[in-house]
Amino acid sequence: MSMDATDPPIARFGRYLRDNPIIPLLIFLFLMIAVLEVLRPGIVTPVRAGRDGLISTFWVGNLIKFAIPLAMLAACQVLTMLTAGIDLSVGVVATVSAFVCATLSAIWGVTPAVLIALSAGLVVGVVNGIGVGLVRVHPLIMTLGTGLIATGCLQVYQRLVINAGTEIPTFLAWLGTGRTAGMPNGLFVFIPFALFILWLMRYTGFGRLLFALGSNEQAAKLSGVRAWQVYLALYVLSSLIAALAGLLYLGMIRQTSLSLANPLLLPSVAAAVIGGTSIFGGRGSFAGAIVGALILRVLDTMLTLMQMPEGARTALFGLIILAVTALYVRITGTR
Amino acid sequence: MNSTPLLDASDVAKSFGAVHALTNAHLTVAEGEIVALMGANGAGKSTFVKIITGALRPDAGQVLIRGKQALVGSPAEARHSGLVPVYQEPSLIPDLDVSDNLRLTDTPVEQFREWVSELGIEDLKLSAMISDLPLATLRILDLARALALEPDVLLLDEMTAALPTDLVERVLKTVQRKADDGMGVIYVSHRFTEISELCDRATVLRDGMSVGDLEIEPGVEERVVELMLGQKIDIGKRAVLKANGPQIKTPRLNVHSLAFEPSFSDVSFDLYPGEVLGVVALEGQGQDELFEVLAGFDRPTSGSMKVNGQPVSFSHPADAIAAGLTFVPGDRSDALLAQRSVKENIALPFSARIKNWGPIKLRHERNRVAYAVEKLQIDTRAKGEVQRLSGGNQQKVTIGRWLATGVETLLLFDPTRGIDVRTKRQIYPLVRELADQGAAVLFYTSELEEIPLACDRAVVIFNGRVVDVIDAADADEQTLMRAAYGLTETEGAA
Repeated sequence: MSMDATDPPIARFGRYLRDNPIIPLLIFLFLMIAVLEVLRPGIVTPVRAGRDGLISTFWVGNLIKFAIPLAMLAACQVLTMLTAGIDLSVGVVATVSAFVCATLSAIWGVTPAVLIALSAGLVVGVVNGIGVGLVRVHPLIMTLGTGLIATGCLQVYQRLVINAGTEIPTFLAWLGTGRTAGMPNGLFVFIPFALFILWLMRYTGFGRLLFALGSNEQAAKLSGVRAWQVYLALYVLSSLIAALAGLLYLGMIRQTSLSLANPLLLPSVAAAVIGGTSIFGGRGSFAGAIVGALILRVLDTMLTLMQMPEGARTALFGLIILAVTALYVRITGTR
Repeated sequence: MNSTPLLDASDVAKSFGAVHALTNAHLTVAEGEIVALMGANGAGKSTFVKIITGALRPDAGQVLIRGKQALVGSPAEARHSGLVPVYQEPSLIPDLDVSDNLRLTDTPVEQFREWVSELGIEDLKLSAMISDLPLATLRILDLARALALEPDVLLLDEMTAALPTDLVERVLKTVQRKADDGMGVIYVSHRFTEISELCDRATVLRDGMSVGDLEIEPGVEERVVELMLGQKIDIGKRAVLKANGPQIKTPRLNVHSLAFEPSFSDVSFDLYPGEVLGVVALEGQGQDELFEVLAGFDRPTSGSMKVNGQPVSFSHPADAIAAGLTFVPGDRSDALLAQRSVKENIALPFSARIKNWGPIKLRHERNRVAYAVEKLQIDTRAKGEVQRLSGGNQQKVTIGRWLATGVETLLLFDPTRGIDVRTKRQIYPLVRELADQGAAVLFYTSELEEIPLACDRAVVIFNGRVVDVIDAADADEQTLMRAAYGLTETEGAA
């Protein structure tokens, strides 16, 4: 007996939203921008503040610029969550990649520095993949562990290079802070990246397997899927994305620290969840996660504008994430 | 006898959006009466059952229990009013032991114990974890629990599906005895033999309407099927177009002294291309594990397998698939991606190997999926999510997956469990057709009468050993039954 028709209209509306999470998310995003404009007239539409332009390209460009690294890390979460996993090492991997690149650029030059930075990500990814795919450690534990180990290694490494100084490669600075036609240059990386992820999830065998493993690993096995191969490739991909995001973030912030990108970790999970990705696997959308990242950025701006003390800001941030997610779960009947 | 029926459901209607699941359904059960509720998939049977048991609220109509409006916001209320259901899926909590489960439903333990032993399970420990017990035992526990609640009306939904034959007989006998004492029974089943043995009447649903109310008498099966399908068809005719038999010298699959201790210890047979080889076995004779070994889920403890004469050894189902052995498991939920589309479910094996992780060949995929859907006549109205399909259609998807991939050797484990007659009647000829096109099919079914309908030969497995090989085409149910019980007359076996 088909049960889909049993539901009242609200549930069917919920299913529609679940299948197309992007629509309510976009509405929510624009609502928040509207609220922001009310709070500080003229921030989004300079005309009202007596300046030029209907929409401030400066403001929009800034919003996008800071959303890019977040959205890239959110891609890691979307991909791993499709298989009912998570990658908690991405913040650290991005930090390591940025730190290694900045320090080695000063010693060996930019190209080796970038390659080694990405390799550091690769190593973490391989370890995560082996742990999750072959040893069958839960991804939450595995990636938390490797994240901590990588943090430790980074501190040791810092002692070795402490005298070398740092250098931000110019092309990273150009990508991170430069603008073309008012839009951040980071889009030159992010747009191809986003298209690639969307394509990967929808039109490749690998993408299908991510959904399949998260829906029913037994069924995938029955169909001849060797799960460990998929997990290994997945966590390597996730770490490489994180390393790339770290490089971009380095160019944007233009300084290094031992915890540079770590604060982006939980927002990256939040962006994925707000974007309609189920932490229980089998359902997720990268487009949703991009909008989720934008929403989080607007939220952050809003809380900053309201001039709240740091503590209240952080608490409110968490509260709003919970509320949005709860509302979303309520409407769509998913988790 | 009381003139008020125990249960009287009349004019029941229920719509889900634009879909009218039930338009005008009736069911009465008098004291001591056993009424079969029958209908093909999608006839509205499940919806009707849910309304009777209080799990769903009807849009129109009423359900009276002993003449009183029993409606019924919840299953618990229905239970209070005297109606106790036993559903197809065990409703015991796996991570609790038996006595905890009884406590959850306020079941009197003494009565429960009596019923359990009456139903033929002698050595049940109340401290046993539910998750450690075999499926057949769970069904019996469910029934015993229902009986211990002293229901006025007992609803049995596919009670005997996946029960071994000896337990089926116990169950039928017990239900009959309770009915003689005045309990009313609603018996939802696809099995004609049981219905004609047990039931007094049959109420037939079609397209959400009660289309007939028949006394059970010899030959009524024909009428019931007519009513269910809305057209005259004959049931139980052999679907075989031609029996190929083993004419080709090399077997597709040769199994020699295969063992997977302690489940089975000596299984040998040859499976030829163009052949459907039945597996006759009571529940728990090692056939579950045999299929899992053949499909690459487990390694045998000893013995050998050859595919097309070449020795093989599987460490993963992928190895078995590479050797052409594809497996349709008994439990559909093991095989399906419930939230994904029909297309993704059918196309899943296409992406399994690393070399196919790249871009999906969309046209190839579309063609292959369309071929499988067409061949199996899968109803794809709810194709967006497999879990929204009916059980029969879900089963077709699990088979269709291998049709789309190309079938060499198909391991079918109880593919007709709990699905409707119409779907079954599509599955037998399909299996034959696959064999006629050169596939080799190993076919286990828990319903013995299916063996002559679909198979050329059958191996009989008893207590972990192949005890006999019989010619399926002329085997009657009596012969099969005796064989399944290990009572074979063939010399040298057993």
